[in-house]
Amino acid sequence: MNNDEPLWEVFIRSKQGLDHKHVGSLHAADAQMAIENARDVYTRRMEGISIWVVESKSIHSSNPDEAASMYDPANDKIYRHPTFYDLPDELKHM
Amino acid sequence: MSDHLINCTLHLADNSLIMGHRLSEWTGHGPMLEQDIAISNIALDLIGQSRNFYQYAANLINAGNESKTEATEDTLAYLRDAREFKNLLITEIPNGDWAKTVLKLFFFSNYQFYFYQKLISSSDEQLAAIAEKSLKEVTYHLRWGSEWVIRLGDGTEESNGRIKLALEEIWPFTGEMFEPAEYEKACKENHVSVDVSEIKNDWQNKVREVLERATLSYSQDEEVWMQSGGKNGIHTEQLGFILAEMQFLQRAYPGCEW
Repeated sequence: MNNDEPLWEVFIRSKQGLDHKHVGSLHAADAQMAIENARDVYTRRMEGISIWVVESKSIHSSNPDEAASMYDPANDKIYRHPTFYDLPDELKHM
Repeated sequence: MSDHLINCTLHLADNSLIMGHRLSEWTGHGPMLEQDIAISNIALDLIGQSRNFYQYAANLINAGNESKTEATEDTLAYLRDAREFKNLLITEIPNGDWAKTVLKLFFFSNYQFYFYQKLISSSDEQLAAIAEKSLKEVTYHLRWGSEWVIRLGDGTEESNGRIKLALEEIWPFTGEMFEPAEYEKACKENHVSVDVSEIKNDWQNKVREVLERATLSYSQDEEVWMQSGGKNGIHTEQLGFILAEMQFLQRAYPGCEW
């Protein structure tokens, strides 16, 4: 197998929902080819109606070693949750 | 008329089956995982198309022939000999390297694309319906094949050399597409099937456009000697090998299912 081609992350939007969900990654020479490869690899069983691809190298992630200082401080701030508000009926997709 | 319609339908079925079977040989051997899956998907699309045509052909054969053993999609695919197959020669020639495979697929999909576009208006409802369903698949095959031809032609020195070689080898197999067989001539009379000579211009324009984008010259003149015979059952030796592999099980164990 030849892995000279860059790696791409694939996001698929299903018929239900508005969000594109990360489904996996693949190799492709360019964006066009990445979308086609994604179509062939990840939508064979009617999984999607829209595809996003982004080169893996463009994604920057947080450092797992810093998880404690990054996320733990939010644990005891219950007042930040909007659960005490009544949502108006007109508000969709919440 | 009925025999001509059966032959027209079998011709379309055989085209898709043999091309699909050839492409399926890449399964597990593609140059990359992603392309392995892509070409296997295309092979499956084509085999699906052939099933629709074979089922229709079997109905037509059985309707006019009550005494003999019943024809089914399986008997038509697995129990006919090479001389009864009516596929274009371009569908049976070996895959060769990736360049030859994608160029072959481009030429063939381009042909199917314009053919099905016209077949949609067939006076035969069944053929029109199969064409409509298949056209969506073929539109993607054509796009995929065109892009690979462009990518290889406009790629490295090696990829360019390979696609040029493929062009020389495959070009003589393209003429047959536009030479109507007797059954095709008969079927175009009542707009049952397509007048293949009418789609030649569209086919050539698309080929010219893609080859130019692939930095390949389109200088294929009409004088090149073209191979033909497939539509009338006169095949290259290659079809025998395909059928030997494809039909072995049904011939060795008749009616076997798994």
